[in-house]
Amino acid sequence: MPGLLERLKQGIQKTRAGFVGKVEDVLLGKKEIDPELLDELEYTLITADIGVRTATEILESIRQRVDRHLVNDPGELRQLIREHLLGVLEGGDRPLNWPAQPPAVVLLVGVNGSGKTTTTGKLAAQFKAEGKSVLLCAADTFRAAAIDQLEVWSRRAGVEIIRQGAGADPSAVLFDAIQAAKARNADILFADTAGRLHTKSNLMAELDKMRRTAARLIDGAPHEVWLVLDATTGQNGLEQARRFTESAGVTGLILTKLDGTAKGGIVVAIARELSLPIRYVGVGEQADDLLPFDAHHFIDSLFEP
Amino acid sequence: MFDTLSDKLQRVFKNLRGEGRLTAENMDAALKEIRVALLEADVHFKVVKAFIEAVRAKAMGQEVLAALSPAQQVVKIVHDELVHLLGSHASRIRTANQPPTILMIVGLQGSGKTTTTAKLARHLGKNGHRPLMVSVDVYRPAAREQLAVLARNLSIPVHEGNPGEKPLDLARGAKREAEITGRDIVLIDTAGRLHIDEELMVELEELKNALHPTEILFVADAMTGQDAVRSAEEFHKRLGITGVILTKMDGDARGGAALSIRHITGQPLKFVGTGEKPDALEPFHPDRIANRILGMGDVLSFIEKVEQAVDQKQAEKMQRKLLEDEFTLEDFRDQLKQLRKLGSLESILGMMPQIGPLKELKNAKIDEKEFTRIVAIIDSMTPQERANHMLINGSRRRRIARGSGTSVQDVNNLLKQYSQARKMMKSMSGSLLGKKPGKFKLPFPNPFGT
Repeated sequence: MPGLLERLKQGIQKTRAGFVGKVEDVLLGKKEIDPELLDELEYTLITADIGVRTATEILESIRQRVDRHLVNDPGELRQLIREHLLGVLEGGDRPLNWPAQPPAVVLLVGVNGSGKTTTTGKLAAQFKAEGKSVLLCAADTFRAAAIDQLEVWSRRAGVEIIRQGAGADPSAVLFDAIQAAKARNADILFADTAGRLHTKSNLMAELDKMRRTAARLIDGAPHEVWLVLDATTGQNGLEQARRFTESAGVTGLILTKLDGTAKGGIVVAIARELSLPIRYVGVGEQADDLLPFDAHHFIDSLFEP
Repeated sequence: MFDTLSDKLQRVFKNLRGEGRLTAENMDAALKEIRVALLEADVHFKVVKAFIEAVRAKAMGQEVLAALSPAQQVVKIVHDELVHLLGSHASRIRTANQPPTILMIVGLQGSGKTTTTAKLARHLGKNGHRPLMVSVDVYRPAAREQLAVLARNLSIPVHEGNPGEKPLDLARGAKREAEITGRDIVLIDTAGRLHIDEELMVELEELKNALHPTEILFVADAMTGQDAVRSAEEFHKRLGITGVILTKMDGDARGGAALSIRHITGQPLKFVGTGEKPDALEPFHPDRIANRILGMGDVLSFIEKVEQAVDQKQAEKMQRKLLEDEFTLEDFRDQLKQLRKLGSLESILGMMPQIGPLKELKNAKIDEKEFTRIVAIIDSMTPQERANHMLINGSRRRRIARGSGTSVQDVNNLLKQYSQARKMMKSMSGSLLGKKPGKFKLPFPNPFGT
């Protein structure tokens, strides 16, 4: 895909200006590693939403090395941080669980307003553009006009959408959609679900039910469950990831709204604790503003001048 | 799960003993935990830093109140400061002298503007206004339909406009419609946008300049992290927001963004969104958010109650008596009565942090009548008996039991508990009774058995 790295760079331009800009300042401006420098690093990591625990852990490992005189050049710090972050982000890497026999069923889950519907629409457009036969399932039957919103995306992408009326049982819609996907020999079915706070146990149980519905129709479905996470999310993101993983069996993350100034550092904490891979990043409102996530590219782009 | 701040402070308490004044040293440990708590609650790094320094300066050299340990005292100062910074409550929506009042709802994508617009319109409608809503979000697919559906359910009119109309025209049209149909408030639901999206920020400026809104309300997601300061700052710089609505507070996010946004904009938090239903909009209460940010239960209201109820002079007298082994049954009764002033035992226990030695108290089955019975027994004693319990022999016990309508067994139990209490109190390092702070304890061991 031409210009992909270019657009990834553009998308996280702001991210870099914030995150790396500061690391670079810290690293280039100073000769010695002193407490002030480590404080600056802490600031950089914490304001990236990496979280005070993860930041402390990274800084602790650096401090120890500094204390043992293993590192004395600030330049080496950069490499250390890069390696550490890369290690954490790659720790969750795993291949996509596509079934040998299509259709593949993918659920998109997350809290309200994280960007599930938009992401679902983008995914449909991209897979369709790759020549896959895609079906959409409008399983957000709760939010007003969510079905209409997904329908607009389905028209844009030129893919079929399975829908019922507002207020319908999401599992029933999913049931219909999976039946339709099988009947039409679709390659992949993306199901948009209603946003829900992870603290609402009845709504979380609904996701579990959807999962069971899928499994009844196709062995091993849903094959992938992606948690859509807003890059501006703070430390609550970790609890979101935990709870959605418990109820919905999350297999990967999609980080949206990375085109702002937010850094999405919470994914580092999530990857570290739950070993979940990050599949895509959202960097805009257009269909092609959804880019595959790659830990190397991500961190490379962060550290490029 | 995260440790609660209470748990952590409990550990801090253990290392702090016998200090009656807040010093740099004894505050450090507590402030460090509070710093972490604030950061974990997503308060911005710099705001935390400024805040901790302010607290340190304020607390330094303060005397520790009787009944509180230094760490508790620090928490109290932190809490008070948080409440102070979060601003006074009872913020209302201001209205224009010349109707219709124009309210603009702005914020990032997905923060909850459309839902909030509908909730706010409903709230205003319930308070005697006649609101009209309009969505000028012509970008997100079906955004305008979303507001229309919500409006239909609430029976509040929306300005439909014509397909292809620009945001500014839609907003103007809504204002005209309000004037014609006698609607006194127009709520403008704007499209979500990034604060760095120049084109869309200019659009908001144009809306503002054309419509002169009385309020520009910034809708922020309670789950927002460190970036909250940047978006809020930019929106405020461009538009001069007049208030903040914090959404998704029905989750378990600690909502530190509230403090960051308040700090950076100086504008009041007006409402919090607490659910998906149209009535899930509540006025903002700074003390509730402060507790939430700190991850504390109602332990602070408990501390306040103790402060109010405990008479300092009397506490000092008790302390002296205890030390001189002169704690009499009469004092025991006074202590009980003082405790009663705090409220029902159950409500007191409900406010206790579920930590350390207090954990088991929660499960204690307490008969409120026991209180009355004990006081009755002591009241049935002669002054001499109350001053010296050693006097109380078998026949006196029978008389006291008859006088108080209890049994000799009850009297025996009380005397036993009293002796135990005396022993325990002598060995206690501090508490309600004096300035030697230690762990917080009830003024006597639970005399009711568990």
